[in-house]
Amino acid sequence: MKQFDYVRPATVKEAIAAAAQPGAAYLAAGTNLLDLMKGNVSRPDRLVDVTHLDGLDRIDRLGDGSLRIGTLVSNADLAHDVEFAKAYPAVAEALLSGASAQLRNAATVGGNLLQRTRCAYFYDTASRCNKREPGSGCDARDGENRTHAVLGWSESCIAMHPSDFCVPLVALDAIVEVEGRGGRREIPFDELHRLPGNTPERETVLEPGDLIVAVRLPAAARGFAAHARYLKVRERTSYAFAIVSAAAALRIENGKIADARLALGGVAAKPWRARPAEEVLKGVSPTADAFQEAAWRALTDAKPSGNNAYKIELARRIVARALTLAAAGTPARIPALPASPFASSGAIHA
Amino acid sequence: MPELNLTSAPAHLRHGSNIGQPLTRRDGVLKVKGQATYAADNHPPGMLFAVMAVSSIAHGRVTSLDVTAAKRHPGVVDVMTPDHKPQLAIDPEIKTNPFVFRMEVLQSNEVRYANQPIAVVIAETLEAATEGTVLLAPRYETLPALVGLDADDSYVPPVVGVGNPAEHHRGDVEAGLASADKRIDAIYETPPQYHNAMEPHAIVAAWNGDSLQIDMPTQGLMLSLARVAELFGIPHDKIHIRSPFLGGGFGSKGLMAGPPVLGIMAAKLVGRPVKLVLRREQMYGPVGHRAPTRQRLRIGTDAEGRLIALDHHARTVSSTFDDFYEPAADASHTLYAAPAIRTSHDAVRVNTGTPLFMRAPGEATGSIALESAIDEMAFACGMDPLAFRLKNYAEVEPITGKPFSSKALRACYDEGAARFGWAKRTLQPRQMRDDSGLLVGWGMGTATFPALMFQAEARAVLRRDGSGAMEIGAHDMGQGGWTALAQIAADAVALDIDRVTFKAGTSDLPDAGIAGGSAHTATAGAAIHSAGAAVIAKLADLATNDERSPLFGAGNAGVIARDGRLVRRDDESRSESYTDILARAGLAEVEARGTGAPNPAAMEEYAMHAHGAVFAEVKVDPELGQIRVTRMVGAFAAGRIVNPHLVKSQLFGGMIWGMSFALHEEAITDRRSGRIMNANLGEYHIPVNADVPPLDVITVEEHDPHVNALGIKGVGEIGITGSAGAVANAVWHATGVRVRRFPIRIEELLTQL
Repeated sequence: MKQFDYVRPATVKEAIAAAAQPGAAYLAAGTNLLDLMKGNVSRPDRLVDVTHLDGLDRIDRLGDGSLRIGTLVSNADLAHDVEFAKAYPAVAEALLSGASAQLRNAATVGGNLLQRTRCAYFYDTASRCNKREPGSGCDARDGENRTHAVLGWSESCIAMHPSDFCVPLVALDAIVEVEGRGGRREIPFDELHRLPGNTPERETVLEPGDLIVAVRLPAAARGFAAHARYLKVRERTSYAFAIVSAAAALRIENGKIADARLALGGVAAKPWRARPAEEVLKGVSPTADAFQEAAWRALTDAKPSGNNAYKIELARRIVARALTLAAAGTPARIPALPASPFASSGAIHA
Repeated sequence: MPELNLTSAPAHLRHGSNIGQPLTRRDGVLKVKGQATYAADNHPPGMLFAVMAVSSIAHGRVTSLDVTAAKRHPGVVDVMTPDHKPQLAIDPEIKTNPFVFRMEVLQSNEVRYANQPIAVVIAETLEAATEGTVLLAPRYETLPALVGLDADDSYVPPVVGVGNPAEHHRGDVEAGLASADKRIDAIYETPPQYHNAMEPHAIVAAWNGDSLQIDMPTQGLMLSLARVAELFGIPHDKIHIRSPFLGGGFGSKGLMAGPPVLGIMAAKLVGRPVKLVLRREQMYGPVGHRAPTRQRLRIGTDAEGRLIALDHHARTVSSTFDDFYEPAADASHTLYAAPAIRTSHDAVRVNTGTPLFMRAPGEATGSIALESAIDEMAFACGMDPLAFRLKNYAEVEPITGKPFSSKALRACYDEGAARFGWAKRTLQPRQMRDDSGLLVGWGMGTATFPALMFQAEARAVLRRDGSGAMEIGAHDMGQGGWTALAQIAADAVALDIDRVTFKAGTSDLPDAGIAGGSAHTATAGAAIHSAGAAVIAKLADLATNDERSPLFGAGNAGVIARDGRLVRRDDESRSESYTDILARAGLAEVEARGTGAPNPAAMEEYAMHAHGAVFAEVKVDPELGQIRVTRMVGAFAAGRIVNPHLVKSQLFGGMIWGMSFALHEEAITDRRSGRIMNANLGEYHIPVNADVPPLDVITVEEHDPHVNALGIKGVGEIGITGSAGAVANAVWHATGVRVRRFPIRIEELLTQL
């Protein structure tokens, strides 16, 4: 592989200075970046290893009731943190439905947010890809694209964001804490990732050197803990990305939906917050009809980007099901098959 | 003394107690501790790393390679290209025998498929060699790629599989179909599948003058050695191949492929040992794969549900430069008793590497189509699928009319169905649910695989210290050869297994034949059995001709071997230990060779197959279309079971692959470029542990006096057959939706649920 410099800064400030240089990339667990480098998809000149920076691997409850998750907390450690899983069960379920146990042990919070699309044409350096090589074209558009985006795509790029973790995070209004050359700032989760437009190579609003240091879940997000689920349809039970997934969270008071949160995964270049669908649900009873209407509203703007029209119908059904499951109540413990439609199944009868 | 060949002698003459025991793998601890040395674990002094550069186009020609840039990279030692390589002794395009397939070893700039080797970079480190391949920055003249089952005009191949006619028929199929009371006519498609053994192809090659030391996983030590000898023009005895362990073979490591030859060439070019290991994506091209098929089945029955005609046609592909044809339609030869059967194949040429053997070639692809069609036919007749299969049970092999050497399939059906609880199945689909509302479906399939034998030789030794040795160049691909063959060896010389040194896995040992066709245990086992009998006979000669022996005068056949002693057959109180016999004779050891081979007379007289019945339960989400296999039961009759523990593992593995065939596995080829877009373990889906349901394997007792001396039929491949169809049929039974394109994709169910 290409030779590169490897630096291990002692402080966040040094890390930012090192990573702000052209050709530099942050390295955390490397579960995605190293694969990209081995495949010659990414060719950084310098890796800035942040895994030894102090204080970024903590989970802290803050005075305002929010939970601050350090960027270096592993996916597994976070999912198995008892308080976290109790307060944000859909996030824990999403985490446990992602990747494999081995990857979850390594992968970090910040790295998960910044993982690249799994579009095969992005990975295949012989193919044209506007994300990998701006202006080269998109071979996915007329290629093997049955799993590609159905929302927010452009003629330049039809790739989708693969994360499970990000889906409930965007639904719950998480905040991304970033340190950069200009100091610290906070980015609402829904504003972190960009849609492709004509610049699919720019996937987030982060600037060179920006380091995600934490993700914060607001106190208000705890209000959904009793009715929160993540549901993921995939082509095998583990170690597969979502074809479509949904995070649904409801606050039910006196038999009515006081507040609703809904986001979809596997449908767009970013985790897709479905606000119009949430509006439909507010103040109504949690009925099948209401969930169906929400499902239609969530996909109003969807259109196939290729041989993937089925994903729109599938997404509608997943939304309705996720809302149904959320309304039924968060299970006492995360199912053995997290986020699976087969999470509960029982005796057979004819 | 002449060597004895007892391969046709009845098995019950042996008196050992190792065969049939569920020993755990004798190499298990080594593997768990990481001490089993696989090919790529070898690092001879001075070794360099070679990495192949492979083509990113599927058809055309390499017009330039920036060798200068690659060689300038620190650590790069040399770059092997069509213009800079050692000369081979023969043209690799020449097919010197039917088991030689054309390979790409830089003989020209021509590109015939994506991922074809186009250069090899040799460097001090793996990283430098890898970067060297990038710096080559190949340029191409690209020609249109032929992709898919309709890429070109079709033709009838000369043969399919290994020398089978492309067409067979018995009776008048068209007349049968015309007169049928009920008939079905359905088309099934199976995708290209690629080899993904845990261990990719790898070689460490070291020349010492004109001698060649090779570490390489192979399922065919002597075939590989012979191919290397002719390619490099060196005598067989100058080549030594070590292949003690394979991290899976599945047919891809049976014949010498191009990449290991490139490793040997690279070592010759630089005059130092070289290691070449394929990257995962490089497995998708030069090392064989399972070709896609499109199969049409037309079946007719009479009013009672008896088959009267079965027509099975398979379209497949081969490469543009060589011939191998997946014999999918031949799966219809043996299972169901139709008076009129026709099987036929046609093919088109596409820009891929030549398809080759992949676990149950022909049987796997053919079985999922046939078992789906039989299921459809049963339903059309209003019959339970098991009852329909029993009604059409073949008492003789349908395509030849020969009797079976043995066939305990009825017992497989009975025992499998009972264990599964099949009797409670509803006839109509979409009638069963579980408590949470998921659709439940039960399906079944019949499993079958021929009982083959190849040629093998073994050498047995008995030593004065009471120990023995058995030597055979056999292969352990992970299936447990080190254990099962050692069990046969111990019984063959009537010693405790721990007293017998079992040597295998190197090319300086007697030829064990190829570990393929589910025939290795039978073939190597027969040779071991025969060598053991021969060395015992020598020992018996020593004893029975010696007046001082208590066995004097018993005659060679008058003694039997038991637990390190020869015992007089008609008077068990008279016996003598091997040690005493050899000591008195003044011999340190006695040795003999034996062979294993098919019995042509028995093959002429009998149809020889293993059989099985697989039952599967799936659950399907009625709205989301997601499928989960929740239970599988397989009952198999495969002759003598040498080691039930290992056999169960083989059958579990086959059943899981069958499930993978039905639901997961597919190489996605870009129809424009001919490139495979999911050539990695992340996106080329095979089941993970969480997909695998509780599996239950029953081995049905079956005594076969005809297949070979030990009555072994082999279990390597049969598990995949039947299983794939059982899962597909269960999906139909759950949903009422018949999907005929495999793997079954969610979108095909979703729109019809």
